[in-house]
Amino acid sequence: MKRIILTILLAVTTLSFLACGRQGKLAGTIKIDGSSTVYPITQAVAEEFNKQNPNVNITVGISGTGGGFKKFVNGEIDINDASRSIKTEELAKAKANGIDFIELEVAYDGIVVVVNKDNNWAYDITTQELKKIWDKDSKVVYWSDVRPEWPKEKIKLYGPGTDSGTFDYFTSEINGEEKRIRADYTASEDDNVLVQGVAGDKYAMGFFGHSYYEENKDVLKVLKINGVEPTTENIRNGKYKPLSRPLYIYVNKKSLERPEIKSFVKFYLEKAKDLVEDVGYVPLEDKKYQEQLNKIK
Amino acid sequence: MDITKRRKFKNRIFHVLTFLCTLFGVIILSVLLFSILSKGIKWLSLNFLTNFPSRFPKKAGIYPALLGSLWLIFLTAIISFPIGIGTALYLEEYAKESKFTDFIKLNIANLAGVPAIIYGMLGLTIFVRLLGFGRSIISGALTMSLLILPTIIISSQEALKSVPDSLKQASYALGTTKWQTITGVVLPYALPGILTGTILSISRALGEAAPLIVVGAFAYVSFIPKTPFDQFTVLPIQIFNWASMPKKEFQNVAAAGIIVLLIILLGINSIAIILRNKYQIRIKD
Repeated sequence: MKRIILTILLAVTTLSFLACGRQGKLAGTIKIDGSSTVYPITQAVAEEFNKQNPNVNITVGISGTGGGFKKFVNGEIDINDASRSIKTEELAKAKANGIDFIELEVAYDGIVVVVNKDNNWAYDITTQELKKIWDKDSKVVYWSDVRPEWPKEKIKLYGPGTDSGTFDYFTSEINGEEKRIRADYTASEDDNVLVQGVAGDKYAMGFFGHSYYEENKDVLKVLKINGVEPTTENIRNGKYKPLSRPLYIYVNKKSLERPEIKSFVKFYLEKAKDLVEDVGYVPLEDKKYQEQLNKIK
Repeated sequence: MDITKRRKFKNRIFHVLTFLCTLFGVIILSVLLFSILSKGIKWLSLNFLTNFPSRFPKKAGIYPALLGSLWLIFLTAIISFPIGIGTALYLEEYAKESKFTDFIKLNIANLAGVPAIIYGMLGLTIFVRLLGFGRSIISGALTMSLLILPTIIISSQEALKSVPDSLKQASYALGTTKWQTITGVVLPYALPGILTGTILSISRALGEAAPLIVVGAFAYVSFIPKTPFDQFTVLPIQIFNWASMPKKEFQNVAAAGIIVLLIILLGINSIAIILRNKYQIRIKD
Protein backbone atom coordinates (compact mmCIF):
# COMPACT_ATOMS: atom_id res chain seq x y z
CA MET A 1 0.00 0.00 0.00
CA LYS A 2 2.77 2.43 1.01
CA ARG A 3 4.69 1.69 -2.13
CA ILE A 4 1.65 2.32 -4.30
CA ILE A 5 0.99 5.68 -2.68
CA LEU A 6 4.63 6.61 -3.15
CA THR A 7 4.58 5.62 -6.82
CA ILE A 8 1.45 7.68 -7.47
CA LEU A 9 2.98 10.67 -5.66
CA LEU A 10 6.16 10.33 -7.68
CA ALA A 11 4.25 10.11 -10.96
CA VAL A 12 2.22 13.20 -10.15
CA THR A 13 5.23 15.30 -9.18
CA THR A 14 7.43 14.28 -12.11
CA LEU A 15 4.62 14.95 -14.56
CA SER A 16 4.14 18.35 -12.92
CA PHE A 17 7.81 19.23 -13.28
CA LEU A 18 7.78 18.31 -16.96
CA ALA A 19 5.57 21.33 -17.57
CA CYS A 20 7.86 23.83 -15.83
CA GLY A 21 10.49 24.19 -18.51
CA ARG A 22 8.65 26.78 -20.59
CA GLN A 23 9.91 30.36 -21.00
CA GLY A 24 8.23 33.77 -21.20
CA LYS A 25 8.38 37.29 -19.81
CA LEU A 26 4.88 37.85 -18.43
CA ALA A 27 3.67 35.86 -15.45
CA GLY A 28 0.54 35.78 -13.31
CA THR A 29 -2.97 34.44 -13.33
CA ILE A 30 -5.99 35.43 -15.39
CA LYS A 31 -9.35 34.22 -14.15
CA ILE A 32 -12.13 34.16 -16.73
CA ASP A 33 -15.64 32.80 -16.45
CA GLY A 34 -19.06 33.27 -18.03
CA SER A 35 -20.98 32.40 -21.17
CA SER A 36 -20.45 29.06 -22.83
CA THR A 37 -21.27 30.77 -26.14
CA VAL A 38 -18.26 33.07 -25.84
CA TYR A 39 -16.11 30.28 -24.38
CA PRO A 40 -14.75 28.90 -27.69
CA ILE A 41 -13.45 32.37 -28.65
CA THR A 42 -11.84 33.03 -25.29
CA GLN A 43 -10.33 29.56 -25.24
CA ALA A 44 -8.84 30.12 -28.70
CA VAL A 45 -7.36 33.45 -27.59
CA ALA A 46 -6.01 31.91 -24.38
CA GLU A 47 -4.42 29.11 -26.38
CA GLU A 48 -2.62 31.53 -28.72
CA PHE A 49 -1.67 33.90 -25.90
CA ASN A 50 -0.12 31.06 -23.93
CA LYS A 51 2.06 30.15 -26.90
CA GLN A 52 3.80 33.51 -26.50
CA ASN A 53 3.42 33.81 -22.73
CA PRO A 54 3.64 30.34 -21.28
CA ASN A 55 4.03 31.57 -17.70
CA VAL A 56 0.65 33.22 -17.54
CA ASN A 57 -1.90 30.85 -15.99
CA ILE A 58 -5.31 31.21 -17.59
CA THR A 59 -8.51 29.56 -16.41
CA VAL A 60 -11.76 29.78 -18.33
CA GLY A 61 -15.02 28.62 -16.76
CA ILE A 62 -18.48 28.11 -18.29
CA SER A 63 -20.88 29.17 -15.55
CA GLY A 64 -23.11 31.01 -18.03
CA THR A 65 -23.36 34.77 -18.55
CA GLY A 66 -25.41 35.27 -15.37
CA GLY A 67 -23.30 32.92 -13.26
CA GLY A 68 -20.18 34.67 -14.49
CA PHE A 69 -21.54 38.12 -13.65
CA LYS A 70 -22.31 36.95 -10.11
CA LYS A 71 -18.59 36.25 -9.64
CA PHE A 72 -17.52 39.29 -11.65
CA VAL A 73 -19.41 41.80 -9.50
CA ASN A 74 -17.91 40.14 -6.40
CA GLY A 75 -14.42 40.69 -7.76
CA GLU A 76 -13.75 36.93 -7.90
CA ILE A 77 -12.78 36.94 -11.58
CA ASP A 78 -10.89 39.32 -13.88
CA ILE A 79 -12.91 38.89 -17.06
CA ASN A 80 -16.49 37.79 -17.72
CA ASP A 81 -17.51 36.32 -21.07
CA ALA A 82 -21.02 37.64 -21.78
CA SER A 83 -23.53 36.90 -24.50
CA ARG A 84 -25.64 39.88 -23.42
CA SER A 85 -24.87 43.23 -21.82
CA ILE A 86 -24.87 43.64 -18.06
CA LYS A 87 -28.27 43.94 -16.36
CA THR A 88 -29.29 46.81 -14.07
CA GLU A 89 -29.27 44.62 -10.95
CA GLU A 90 -25.82 43.31 -11.78
CA LEU A 91 -24.61 46.85 -12.43
CA ALA A 92 -25.96 47.97 -9.06
CA LYS A 93 -24.13 45.14 -7.29
CA ALA A 94 -20.89 45.99 -9.07
CA LYS A 95 -21.22 49.62 -7.93
CA ALA A 96 -21.98 48.56 -4.36
CA ASN A 97 -18.85 46.41 -4.33
CA GLY A 98 -16.71 49.12 -5.90
CA ILE A 99 -16.09 47.10 -9.08
CA ASP A 100 -15.32 49.27 -12.08
CA PHE A 101 -15.24 47.64 -15.50
CA ILE A 102 -15.00 48.08 -19.27
CA GLU A 103 -17.38 46.46 -21.73
CA LEU A 104 -15.75 45.27 -24.96
CA GLU A 105 -17.48 43.82 -28.02
CA VAL A 106 -15.56 40.88 -29.45
CA ALA A 107 -17.78 39.22 -32.07
CA TYR A 108 -21.28 38.80 -33.47
CA ASP A 109 -23.40 35.74 -33.10
CA GLY A 110 -26.59 34.85 -34.92
CA ILE A 111 -29.29 32.64 -33.50
CA VAL A 112 -30.60 30.35 -36.23
CA VAL A 113 -34.00 28.70 -36.54
CA VAL A 114 -33.54 25.29 -38.10
CA VAL A 115 -35.66 22.42 -39.37
CA ASN A 116 -34.97 18.91 -40.59
CA LYS A 117 -33.19 18.38 -43.91
CA ASP A 118 -36.25 16.49 -45.24
CA ASN A 119 -38.59 19.33 -44.44
CA ASN A 120 -39.82 20.35 -47.92
CA TRP A 121 -42.42 22.94 -47.00
CA ALA A 122 -40.84 25.57 -44.74
CA TYR A 123 -38.13 27.83 -46.17
CA ASP A 124 -38.74 31.07 -44.36
CA ILE A 125 -40.63 32.33 -41.37
CA THR A 126 -41.57 35.68 -39.92
CA THR A 127 -41.01 37.06 -36.43
CA GLN A 128 -44.78 36.98 -35.82
CA GLU A 129 -44.99 33.32 -36.79
CA LEU A 130 -42.09 32.50 -34.49
CA LYS A 131 -43.86 34.25 -31.64
CA LYS A 132 -47.05 32.33 -32.43
CA ILE A 133 -45.10 29.05 -32.19
CA TRP A 134 -42.87 29.72 -29.20
CA ASP A 135 -44.90 32.09 -27.04
CA LYS A 136 -46.15 31.11 -23.61
CA ASP A 137 -49.50 29.28 -23.89
CA SER A 138 -48.99 28.89 -27.64
CA LYS A 139 -51.91 27.21 -29.45
CA VAL A 140 -49.68 25.82 -32.19
CA VAL A 141 -49.71 22.02 -32.21
CA TYR A 142 -49.47 21.20 -35.94
CA TRP A 143 -47.36 22.79 -38.62
CA SER A 144 -50.65 23.71 -40.32
CA ASP A 145 -51.50 25.93 -37.35
CA VAL A 146 -48.70 28.24 -38.47
CA ARG A 147 -49.55 28.33 -42.18
CA PRO A 148 -52.57 26.43 -43.54
CA GLU A 149 -50.59 25.08 -46.54
CA TRP A 150 -48.08 23.38 -44.23
CA PRO A 151 -48.73 19.71 -43.29
CA LYS A 152 -51.06 18.72 -40.47
CA GLU A 153 -48.27 17.03 -38.54
CA LYS A 154 -47.25 17.66 -34.95
CA ILE A 155 -44.44 20.19 -34.66
CA LYS A 156 -41.63 19.08 -32.31
CA LEU A 157 -39.74 21.91 -30.68
CA TYR A 158 -36.15 21.99 -29.46
CA GLY A 159 -34.38 24.87 -27.72
CA PRO A 160 -31.70 25.71 -25.16
CA GLY A 161 -32.36 25.56 -21.41
CA THR A 162 -33.07 28.52 -19.17
CA ASP A 163 -29.46 29.12 -18.06
CA SER A 164 -28.35 30.04 -21.52
CA GLY A 165 -27.86 33.56 -22.85
CA THR A 166 -29.12 32.33 -26.23
CA PHE A 167 -32.42 31.42 -24.53
CA ASP A 168 -32.64 34.84 -22.86
CA TYR A 169 -31.99 36.63 -26.13
CA PHE A 170 -34.40 34.59 -28.23
CA THR A 171 -37.25 34.88 -25.74
CA SER A 172 -36.81 38.60 -25.27
CA GLU A 173 -36.56 39.33 -29.03
CA ILE A 174 -39.28 36.95 -30.20
CA ASN A 175 -41.72 36.72 -27.29
CA GLY A 176 -41.13 40.24 -26.02
CA GLU A 177 -40.02 39.24 -22.54
CA GLU A 178 -36.99 37.40 -21.25
CA LYS A 179 -37.63 33.75 -20.30
CA ARG A 180 -41.21 33.91 -21.63
CA ILE A 181 -41.73 30.67 -23.55
CA ARG A 182 -44.12 27.75 -23.90
CA ALA A 183 -43.42 25.00 -21.41
CA ASP A 184 -43.70 21.94 -23.64
CA TYR A 185 -40.56 22.09 -25.78
CA THR A 186 -37.51 19.86 -25.42
CA ALA A 187 -34.77 21.82 -23.66
CA SER A 188 -31.08 21.01 -23.34
CA GLU A 189 -28.06 23.00 -22.19
CA ASP A 190 -25.99 21.05 -24.68
CA ASP A 191 -26.58 22.45 -28.16
CA ASN A 192 -25.37 19.24 -29.79
CA VAL A 193 -28.37 17.49 -28.25
CA LEU A 194 -30.62 20.02 -30.00
CA VAL A 195 -28.80 19.41 -33.28
CA GLN A 196 -29.37 15.67 -32.88
CA GLY A 197 -33.02 16.24 -32.02
CA VAL A 198 -33.82 18.33 -35.07
CA ALA A 199 -31.67 16.19 -37.38
CA GLY A 200 -33.52 13.05 -36.34
CA ASP A 201 -37.11 14.24 -36.73
CA LYS A 202 -38.74 15.37 -39.98
CA TYR A 203 -41.28 17.55 -38.16
CA ALA A 204 -38.89 19.23 -35.75
CA MET A 205 -37.93 22.87 -35.33
CA GLY A 206 -35.22 24.26 -33.09
CA PHE A 207 -33.10 27.31 -32.38
CA PHE A 208 -29.49 27.70 -31.26
CA GLY A 209 -26.23 29.50 -31.99
CA HIS A 210 -25.19 30.01 -35.63
CA SER A 211 -21.89 28.14 -35.15
CA TYR A 212 -23.69 24.88 -34.42
CA TYR A 213 -25.55 25.21 -37.70
CA GLU A 214 -22.33 25.91 -39.61
CA GLU A 215 -20.88 22.64 -38.34
CA ASN A 216 -24.00 20.60 -39.08
CA LYS A 217 -25.13 22.01 -42.43
CA ASP A 218 -25.31 18.53 -43.91
CA VAL A 219 -28.10 17.38 -41.58
CA LEU A 220 -30.02 20.62 -40.96
CA LYS A 221 -31.90 23.24 -42.97
CA VAL A 222 -31.90 26.84 -41.83
CA LEU A 223 -34.94 29.11 -42.20
CA LYS A 224 -34.81 32.67 -43.50
CA ILE A 225 -36.24 35.06 -40.98
CA ASN A 226 -38.41 37.81 -42.49
CA GLY A 227 -36.82 36.84 -45.80
CA VAL A 228 -33.20 37.23 -44.69
CA GLU A 229 -30.79 34.33 -44.60
CA PRO A 230 -28.42 34.09 -41.61
CA THR A 231 -25.19 34.43 -43.59
CA THR A 232 -22.01 35.78 -42.05
CA GLU A 233 -22.51 39.00 -43.99
CA ASN A 234 -26.14 39.49 -42.91
CA ILE A 235 -25.29 38.82 -39.27
CA ARG A 236 -22.42 41.31 -39.37
CA ASN A 237 -24.30 44.16 -41.03
CA GLY A 238 -27.39 43.63 -38.88
CA LYS A 239 -29.74 42.71 -41.77
CA TYR A 240 -30.47 39.39 -40.08
CA LYS A 241 -32.94 40.78 -37.59
CA PRO A 242 -33.81 40.40 -34.79
CA LEU A 243 -31.70 37.35 -34.00
CA SER A 244 -28.15 38.65 -34.34
CA ARG A 245 -26.36 40.04 -31.35
CA PRO A 246 -22.93 41.18 -30.20
CA LEU A 247 -20.84 39.06 -27.81
CA TYR A 248 -18.86 40.79 -25.08
CA ILE A 249 -16.09 40.46 -22.61
CA TYR A 250 -16.28 42.49 -19.41
CA VAL A 251 -12.93 43.42 -17.91
CA ASN A 252 -12.42 44.49 -14.32
CA LYS A 253 -10.62 47.88 -14.44
CA LYS A 254 -8.47 47.09 -11.46
CA SER A 255 -7.34 43.83 -13.04
CA LEU A 256 -6.57 45.73 -16.24
CA GLU A 257 -3.77 47.54 -14.40
CA ARG A 258 -1.88 44.25 -14.22
CA PRO A 259 0.45 43.89 -17.21
CA GLU A 260 -0.53 40.29 -18.00
CA ILE A 261 -4.24 41.18 -18.16
CA LYS A 262 -3.67 44.32 -20.19
CA SER A 263 -1.64 42.47 -22.76
CA PHE A 264 -4.12 39.57 -22.80
CA VAL A 265 -7.05 41.89 -23.54
CA LYS A 266 -5.02 43.75 -26.18
CA PHE A 267 -4.05 40.43 -27.73
CA TYR A 268 -7.71 39.35 -27.62
CA LEU A 269 -8.89 42.35 -29.66
CA GLU A 270 -5.96 42.24 -32.08
CA LYS A 271 -6.28 38.54 -32.87
CA ALA A 272 -10.05 38.26 -32.53
CA LYS A 273 -10.72 38.74 -36.24
CA ASP A 274 -9.00 35.48 -37.27
CA LEU A 275 -9.74 33.47 -34.16
CA VAL A 276 -13.45 34.33 -34.14
CA GLU A 277 -13.82 32.92 -37.65
CA ASP A 278 -11.81 29.84 -36.71
CA VAL A 279 -14.35 28.87 -34.07
CA GLY A 280 -17.39 29.60 -36.24
CA TYR A 281 -18.49 33.07 -35.16
CA VAL A 282 -18.73 36.35 -37.06
CA PRO A 283 -15.97 38.91 -36.48
CA LEU A 284 -16.63 42.64 -36.04
CA GLU A 285 -15.52 45.15 -38.67
CA ASP A 286 -11.83 46.20 -38.39
CA LYS A 287 -12.92 49.70 -37.41
CA LYS A 288 -14.99 48.28 -34.55
CA TYR A 289 -12.02 46.36 -33.15
CA GLN A 290 -9.97 49.56 -33.26
CA GLU A 291 -12.69 51.33 -31.28
CA GLN A 292 -12.59 48.60 -28.63
CA LEU A 293 -8.80 48.85 -28.47
CA ASN A 294 -9.06 52.58 -27.87
CA LYS A 295 -11.26 51.91 -24.84
CA ILE A 296 -8.44 50.17 -22.98
CA LYS A 297 -5.68 52.67 -23.78
CA MET B 1 -48.95 -34.23 -13.69
CA ASP B 2 -50.43 -31.07 -15.04
CA ILE B 3 -49.26 -29.14 -11.98
CA THR B 4 -45.72 -30.39 -12.33
CA LYS B 5 -45.63 -29.29 -15.94
CA ARG B 6 -46.87 -25.88 -15.04
CA ARG B 7 -44.33 -25.55 -12.25
CA LYS B 8 -41.51 -26.51 -14.56
CA PHE B 9 -42.82 -24.14 -17.21
CA LYS B 10 -42.85 -21.28 -14.70
CA ASN B 11 -39.35 -22.19 -13.68
CA ARG B 12 -38.13 -22.07 -17.27
CA ILE B 13 -39.81 -18.73 -17.89
CA PHE B 14 -38.12 -17.24 -14.88
CA HIS B 15 -34.80 -18.67 -16.00
CA VAL B 16 -35.16 -17.00 -19.40
CA LEU B 17 -36.30 -13.73 -17.82
CA THR B 18 -33.29 -13.44 -15.55
CA PHE B 19 -31.05 -14.32 -18.47
CA LEU B 20 -32.64 -11.51 -20.53
CA CYS B 21 -32.03 -9.09 -17.65
CA THR B 22 -28.38 -10.00 -17.61
CA LEU B 23 -28.18 -9.79 -21.37
CA PHE B 24 -29.74 -6.31 -21.31
CA GLY B 25 -26.89 -4.89 -19.26
CA VAL B 26 -24.23 -6.63 -21.30
CA ILE B 27 -25.70 -5.52 -24.62
CA ILE B 28 -26.05 -1.89 -23.56
CA LEU B 29 -22.49 -1.93 -22.29
CA SER B 30 -21.09 -3.40 -25.48
CA VAL B 31 -23.04 -0.97 -27.68
CA LEU B 32 -21.68 1.87 -25.56
CA LEU B 33 -18.13 0.57 -25.65
CA PHE B 34 -18.32 -0.09 -29.37
CA SER B 35 -19.59 3.37 -30.27
CA ILE B 36 -16.99 5.04 -28.06
CA LEU B 37 -14.10 2.90 -29.21
CA SER B 38 -14.98 3.26 -32.89
CA LYS B 39 -15.19 7.04 -32.54
CA GLY B 40 -12.29 7.67 -30.23
CA ILE B 41 -9.61 5.07 -30.77
CA LYS B 42 -8.12 6.82 -33.82
CA TRP B 43 -7.78 10.02 -31.82
CA LEU B 44 -5.79 8.43 -29.03
CA SER B 45 -2.09 9.17 -29.20
CA LEU B 46 0.76 10.21 -26.97
CA ASN B 47 0.15 13.80 -28.06
CA PHE B 48 -3.43 13.51 -26.90
CA LEU B 49 -2.13 12.70 -23.43
CA THR B 50 0.50 15.45 -23.30
CA ASN B 51 -1.22 18.32 -25.15
CA PHE B 52 -3.23 21.14 -23.66
CA PRO B 53 -6.82 21.67 -24.83
CA SER B 54 -7.04 23.43 -28.16
CA ARG B 55 -9.62 24.90 -30.48
CA PHE B 56 -8.30 22.54 -33.16
CA PRO B 57 -9.65 19.05 -32.51
CA LYS B 58 -6.46 17.49 -33.91
CA LYS B 59 -4.25 19.35 -31.44
CA ALA B 60 -6.53 19.02 -28.43
CA GLY B 61 -5.18 17.08 -25.48
CA ILE B 62 -6.14 16.16 -21.96
CA TYR B 63 -2.87 16.79 -20.13
CA PRO B 64 -4.18 19.31 -17.53
CA ALA B 65 -7.38 17.35 -16.97
CA LEU B 66 -5.48 14.08 -16.56
CA LEU B 67 -3.10 15.57 -14.02
CA GLY B 68 -5.99 17.36 -12.30
CA SER B 69 -7.83 14.06 -11.95
CA LEU B 70 -4.73 12.27 -10.61
CA TRP B 71 -4.12 15.05 -8.07
CA LEU B 72 -7.76 14.96 -7.05
CA ILE B 73 -8.06 11.23 -6.45
CA PHE B 74 -4.69 11.10 -4.73
CA LEU B 75 -5.69 13.82 -2.25
CA THR B 76 -9.19 12.41 -1.87
CA ALA B 77 -7.70 9.02 -1.05
CA ILE B 78 -5.32 10.26 1.63
CA ILE B 79 -8.06 12.36 3.22
CA SER B 80 -10.92 9.88 3.11
CA PHE B 81 -9.19 6.56 3.80
CA PRO B 82 -7.98 7.28 7.34
CA ILE B 83 -11.16 9.12 8.34
CA GLY B 84 -13.44 6.51 6.84
CA ILE B 85 -11.64 3.48 8.22
CA GLY B 86 -11.21 5.22 11.59
CA THR B 87 -14.93 5.90 11.81
CA ALA B 88 -15.77 2.32 10.88
CA LEU B 89 -13.34 0.98 13.49
CA TYR B 90 -14.84 3.18 16.17
CA LEU B 91 -18.39 2.24 15.34
CA GLU B 92 -17.69 -1.48 15.08
CA GLU B 93 -15.05 -2.05 17.75
CA TYR B 94 -15.22 0.68 20.38
CA ALA B 95 -18.66 2.30 20.39
CA LYS B 96 -21.20 0.78 22.78
CA GLU B 97 -24.71 0.13 21.56
CA SER B 98 -26.65 3.26 22.37
CA LYS B 99 -29.21 5.63 20.92
CA PHE B 100 -26.36 7.95 19.98
CA THR B 101 -24.40 5.42 17.91
CA ASP B 102 -27.63 4.27 16.27
CA PHE B 103 -28.27 7.88 15.37
CA ILE B 104 -24.81 8.22 13.84
CA LYS B 105 -25.19 5.00 11.86
CA LEU B 106 -28.58 6.08 10.55
CA ASN B 107 -27.16 9.40 9.44
CA ILE B 108 -24.24 7.83 7.66
CA ALA B 109 -26.58 5.51 5.80
CA ASN B 110 -28.70 8.49 4.79
CA LEU B 111 -25.72 10.55 3.71
CA ALA B 112 -24.74 7.79 1.29
CA GLY B 113 -27.92 8.56 -0.63
CA VAL B 114 -27.58 12.34 -0.85
CA PRO B 115 -27.18 13.55 -4.47
CA ALA B 116 -23.64 14.57 -5.43
CA ILE B 117 -24.59 18.12 -6.36
CA ILE B 118 -25.61 18.82 -2.74
CA TYR B 119 -22.08 17.97 -1.64
CA GLY B 120 -20.87 20.39 -4.28
CA MET B 121 -22.89 23.21 -2.77
CA LEU B 122 -21.70 22.29 0.70
CA GLY B 123 -18.12 22.33 -0.54
CA LEU B 124 -18.60 25.71 -2.19
CA THR B 125 -19.93 27.25 1.03
CA ILE B 126 -17.48 25.66 3.43
CA PHE B 127 -14.19 24.97 1.67
CA VAL B 128 -14.20 27.55 -1.12
CA ARG B 129 -15.75 30.52 0.67
CA LEU B 130 -15.69 30.01 4.47
CA LEU B 131 -12.27 28.38 4.83
CA GLY B 132 -10.93 30.42 1.92
CA PHE B 133 -9.31 27.57 -0.02
CA GLY B 134 -10.74 29.08 -3.22
CA ARG B 135 -11.48 27.11 -6.34
CA SER B 136 -8.56 24.77 -5.78
CA ILE B 137 -7.75 21.08 -5.87
CA ILE B 138 -7.88 20.86 -2.09
CA SER B 139 -11.46 22.23 -2.07
CA GLY B 140 -12.38 19.66 -4.70
CA ALA B 141 -10.65 16.82 -2.85
CA LEU B 142 -12.31 17.69 0.48
CA THR B 143 -15.71 17.84 -1.22
CA MET B 144 -15.08 14.51 -2.91
CA SER B 145 -13.98 13.03 0.42
CA LEU B 146 -17.30 14.06 1.99
CA LEU B 147 -19.08 12.52 -0.97
CA ILE B 148 -17.43 9.11 -0.69
CA LEU B 149 -16.96 8.90 3.10
CA PRO B 150 -20.38 7.34 3.80
CA THR B 151 -19.72 4.58 1.26
CA ILE B 152 -16.23 3.96 2.65
CA ILE B 153 -17.53 3.81 6.21
CA ILE B 154 -20.37 1.45 5.40
CA SER B 155 -18.25 -0.92 3.32
CA SER B 156 -15.50 -0.92 5.97
CA GLN B 157 -18.07 -1.65 8.65
CA GLU B 158 -19.31 -4.62 6.65
CA ALA B 159 -15.75 -5.86 6.27
CA LEU B 160 -15.10 -5.49 10.01
CA LYS B 161 -18.33 -7.31 10.84
CA SER B 162 -17.17 -10.26 8.76
CA VAL B 163 -14.23 -10.92 11.11
CA PRO B 164 -15.19 -14.10 13.03
CA ASP B 165 -15.74 -13.54 16.71
CA SER B 166 -13.77 -16.69 17.50
CA LEU B 167 -10.60 -15.09 16.07
CA LYS B 168 -11.01 -12.02 18.25
CA GLN B 169 -11.77 -14.11 21.33
CA ALA B 170 -8.67 -16.21 20.68
CA SER B 171 -6.59 -13.06 20.51
CA TYR B 172 -8.05 -11.68 23.74
CA ALA B 173 -7.46 -15.03 25.41
CA LEU B 174 -3.76 -14.53 24.79
CA GLY B 175 -3.98 -11.40 26.89
CA THR B 176 -3.74 -8.81 24.12
CA THR B 177 -5.19 -5.32 24.44
CA LYS B 178 -7.96 -4.10 22.17
CA TRP B 179 -5.43 -2.12 20.12
CA GLN B 180 -3.25 -5.21 19.62
CA THR B 181 -6.26 -7.25 18.59
CA ILE B 182 -7.36 -4.62 16.09
CA THR B 183 -3.95 -4.20 14.45
CA GLY B 184 -2.94 -7.85 14.71
CA VAL B 185 -6.15 -9.70 13.93
CA VAL B 186 -9.12 -7.57 12.91
CA LEU B 187 -7.51 -5.23 10.38
CA PRO B 188 -5.48 -7.84 8.48
CA TYR B 189 -8.55 -10.04 8.21
CA ALA B 190 -10.84 -7.21 7.12
CA LEU B 191 -8.33 -5.41 4.90
CA PRO B 192 -9.27 -7.01 1.55
CA GLY B 193 -12.91 -6.04 2.09
CA ILE B 194 -12.03 -2.55 3.27
CA LEU B 195 -9.72 -1.99 0.30
CA THR B 196 -12.28 -3.15 -2.23
CA GLY B 197 -14.89 -0.80 -0.83
CA THR B 198 -12.62 2.20 -0.56
CA ILE B 199 -11.01 1.82 -3.96
CA LEU B 200 -14.39 1.44 -5.63
CA SER B 201 -15.49 4.69 -3.94
CA ILE B 202 -12.37 6.37 -5.26
CA SER B 203 -13.31 5.37 -8.79
CA ARG B 204 -16.66 6.99 -8.17
CA ALA B 205 -14.91 10.22 -7.22
CA LEU B 206 -12.91 10.00 -10.44
CA GLY B 207 -16.04 9.93 -12.56
CA GLU B 208 -17.97 12.73 -10.85
CA ALA B 209 -18.35 16.09 -12.56
CA ALA B 210 -21.37 17.81 -11.03
CA PRO B 211 -20.05 18.65 -7.55
CA LEU B 212 -16.75 19.83 -9.00
CA ILE B 213 -18.44 22.22 -11.40
CA VAL B 214 -20.11 23.82 -8.39
CA VAL B 215 -16.91 23.85 -6.35
CA GLY B 216 -15.21 25.52 -9.29
CA ALA B 217 -13.20 23.23 -11.49
CA PHE B 218 -12.72 25.10 -14.76
CA ALA B 219 -13.48 24.14 -18.32
CA TYR B 220 -10.15 25.37 -19.67
CA VAL B 221 -6.93 25.45 -17.70
CA SER B 222 -3.73 26.49 -19.42
CA PHE B 223 -1.32 25.15 -16.82
CA ILE B 224 -0.49 22.12 -14.73
CA PRO B 225 -1.43 22.24 -11.05
CA LYS B 226 1.70 22.13 -8.87
CA THR B 227 0.26 22.43 -5.36
CA PRO B 228 -3.06 21.42 -3.81
CA PHE B 229 -4.02 25.10 -3.78
CA ASP B 230 -3.84 25.52 -7.57
CA GLN B 231 -6.84 25.74 -9.83
CA PHE B 232 -7.66 22.71 -11.89
CA THR B 233 -9.95 20.79 -14.18
CA VAL B 234 -10.73 17.08 -14.29
CA LEU B 235 -11.38 14.49 -16.99
CA PRO B 236 -15.21 14.32 -16.75
CA ILE B 237 -15.51 18.11 -17.05
CA GLN B 238 -13.10 18.21 -19.99
CA ILE B 239 -15.09 15.44 -21.70
CA PHE B 240 -18.40 17.19 -21.06
CA ASN B 241 -16.93 20.39 -22.43
CA TRP B 242 -15.74 18.73 -25.65
CA ALA B 243 -19.07 16.98 -26.14
CA SER B 244 -20.85 20.34 -26.20
CA MET B 245 -18.48 22.06 -28.68
CA PRO B 246 -19.91 23.10 -32.05
CA LYS B 247 -17.13 21.46 -34.10
CA LYS B 248 -18.15 17.90 -34.95
CA GLU B 249 -14.65 16.42 -34.57
CA PHE B 250 -14.78 17.29 -30.89
CA GLN B 251 -17.27 14.44 -30.45
CA ASN B 252 -14.42 12.10 -31.35
CA VAL B 253 -12.02 13.93 -29.07
CA ALA B 254 -14.58 13.51 -26.27
CA ALA B 255 -14.75 9.78 -27.06
CA ALA B 256 -10.96 9.54 -26.84
CA GLY B 257 -11.16 11.28 -23.45
CA ILE B 258 -13.75 8.74 -22.31
CA ILE B 259 -11.41 5.91 -23.30
CA VAL B 260 -8.64 7.41 -21.16
CA LEU B 261 -11.02 7.78 -18.23
CA LEU B 262 -12.18 4.17 -18.68
CA ILE B 263 -8.60 2.92 -18.73
CA ILE B 264 -7.80 4.74 -15.49
CA LEU B 265 -10.98 3.41 -13.87
CA LEU B 266 -10.17 -0.13 -14.96
CA GLY B 267 -6.62 0.35 -13.69
CA ILE B 268 -7.81 1.44 -10.26
CA ASN B 269 -10.29 -1.42 -10.05
CA SER B 270 -7.61 -3.93 -10.97
CA ILE B 271 -5.39 -2.53 -8.22
CA ALA B 272 -8.29 -3.23 -5.85
CA ILE B 273 -8.55 -6.81 -7.09
CA ILE B 274 -4.79 -7.43 -6.93
CA LEU B 275 -4.55 -6.08 -3.38
CA ARG B 276 -7.52 -8.14 -2.29
CA ASN B 277 -6.10 -11.35 -3.69
CA LYS B 278 -2.66 -10.69 -2.24
CA TYR B 279 -3.95 -10.21 1.30
CA GLN B 280 -6.47 -13.02 1.12
CA ILE B 281 -3.69 -15.49 0.35
CA ARG B 282 -1.63 -14.23 3.26
CA ILE B 283 -4.44 -14.96 5.68
CA LYS B 284 -4.88 -18.50 4.43
CA ASP B 285 -1.20 -19.17 5.17
